[in-house]
Amino acid sequence: MTKQQANWSPYDNNGGSCVAIAGADYCVIAADTRMSTGYNILTRDYSKICKLADKCVMASSGFQADVKALQKHLAARHLIYQHQHNKQMSCPAMAQLLSNTLYYKRFFPYYSFNVLGGLDNEGKGCVFTYDAVGSFEKVGYSSQGSGSTLIMPFLDNQLKSPSPLLLPAQDAVTPLAEAEAVDLVKTVFASASERDIYTGDKLEIIVINADGIRRDYMDLRKD
Amino acid sequence: MFRNQYDTDVTTWSPAGRLFQVEYAMEAVKQGSAAIGLRSKTHIVLGCVNKANSELSSHQKKIFKVDDHIGVAIAGLTADGRVLSRYMRNECINYSFTYESPLPVGRLVVQLADKAQVCTQRSWKRPYGVGLLVAGLDESGAHLYYNCPSGNYFEYQAFAIGSRSQAAKTYLERRFENFADSSRDDLVKDALMAIRETLQGETLKSSICTVAVVGVGEPFHILDQETVQQMIDAFDIVGEKEGPAAEPDDAAAGQEVEAEQGAAADQGGSTDEGVAPMDI
Repeated sequence: MTKQQANWSPYDNNGGSCVAIAGADYCVIAADTRMSTGYNILTRDYSKICKLADKCVMASSGFQADVKALQKHLAARHLIYQHQHNKQMSCPAMAQLLSNTLYYKRFFPYYSFNVLGGLDNEGKGCVFTYDAVGSFEKVGYSSQGSGSTLIMPFLDNQLKSPSPLLLPAQDAVTPLAEAEAVDLVKTVFASASERDIYTGDKLEIIVINADGIRRDYMDLRKD
Repeated sequence: MFRNQYDTDVTTWSPAGRLFQVEYAMEAVKQGSAAIGLRSKTHIVLGCVNKANSELSSHQKKIFKVDDHIGVAIAGLTADGRVLSRYMRNECINYSFTYESPLPVGRLVVQLADKAQVCTQRSWKRPYGVGLLVAGLDESGAHLYYNCPSGNYFEYQAFAIGSRSQAAKTYLERRFENFADSSRDDLVKDALMAIRETLQGETLKSSICTVAVVGVGEPFHILDQETVQQMIDAFDIVGEKEGPAAEPDDAAAGQEVEAEQGAAADQGGSTDEGVAPMDI
């Protein structure tokens, strides 16, 4: 007599990929806009990216219902912070808040794989990458989601970030210019769309720099 | 005559059917420095007089942003006001989170009033000693409410609370019929004039007042000092200088002197001990 397994899961995977790259004075965050379930497409036009603060943007793939709940939770916490401190949260502060929020639900996690991107207090680009329960790390670039296994090795090859364990600590941000980084992101998603069935339709690119936040779109394969 | 016998706790009625503790709480509001509010169809302006404990200290914050569409000005025990502002902010955030839309102002003031009422009917609590002028914009238009420590609330076209507010109220009573169609700038000008009325001769400058605006297409924000000073200069509404020094050396003495000089009429039943220790 085998143990009865659950025939209902509270989770679903809506697929998609996210990428973020940090530069000396900019940060690029991108995600595709396809939302799927199983082998079906729910919509070709769903944004996985959320602006949390003035200089802080989060892209999340995974279960979009959990992602939406997480975004709303962080937005509410940010409002409280603004009331109490009379200023916006910095990207590193938001990074820690996100980690704590995720771990809070350690035993019923947000099925959300996040990359946080923005500018730190000195205006330098920063990217933080997370797992579903809040383990996070500041890196120069990262990708999450269904296409990350295809994207990450390519980014490693192109951006070759030094190990964070080295002493003295070396700068993780890429020496690439903003336009080059955006081009790299477009290339990376075009490649991922070829082989990952869950990635495609349209690419949403967010660029944060000293001038503010800019949004761009690019078409991807629809198959 | 019987006032002192029935005023020990809030749960005791007087033979005349009054709750003296609640009335004393309203007195605390009258002791605070002035706050005024006025509204048109599309904008609401809040203003307050900045009173500092001494020349060395900073002034207390009396205007709080509650949400993009709601702000509040307080008079009385600032600490109570701060706590209530925090409550209001929380309510707005929770409502926004659940309904993805801004909390209607009328709902917020009712919740606030009910919260104040609880403190008038528990023997282990005391009423909040702060009056709140709640300014907010929602689908039904621009609103200005006054919330009392008693748990009552009223909607106003314009109102003033705190010490020497009667002077401001008189000014507002003369002008309020025109407010509905006022432009935003005219409304701010009227607010500054009303504040000046409460200063009783002291020069109006941006360092002694705070002004905040909320309106259609304009989220609640406090105007910065330079903007306010420019408006004061532009409208040429600097007050006439009169007699003794405008800046009191020591707030308590100054307050007393001005209270005696100016209209004491609005200070219903105020004592001679000078400024109440409640720090406004």
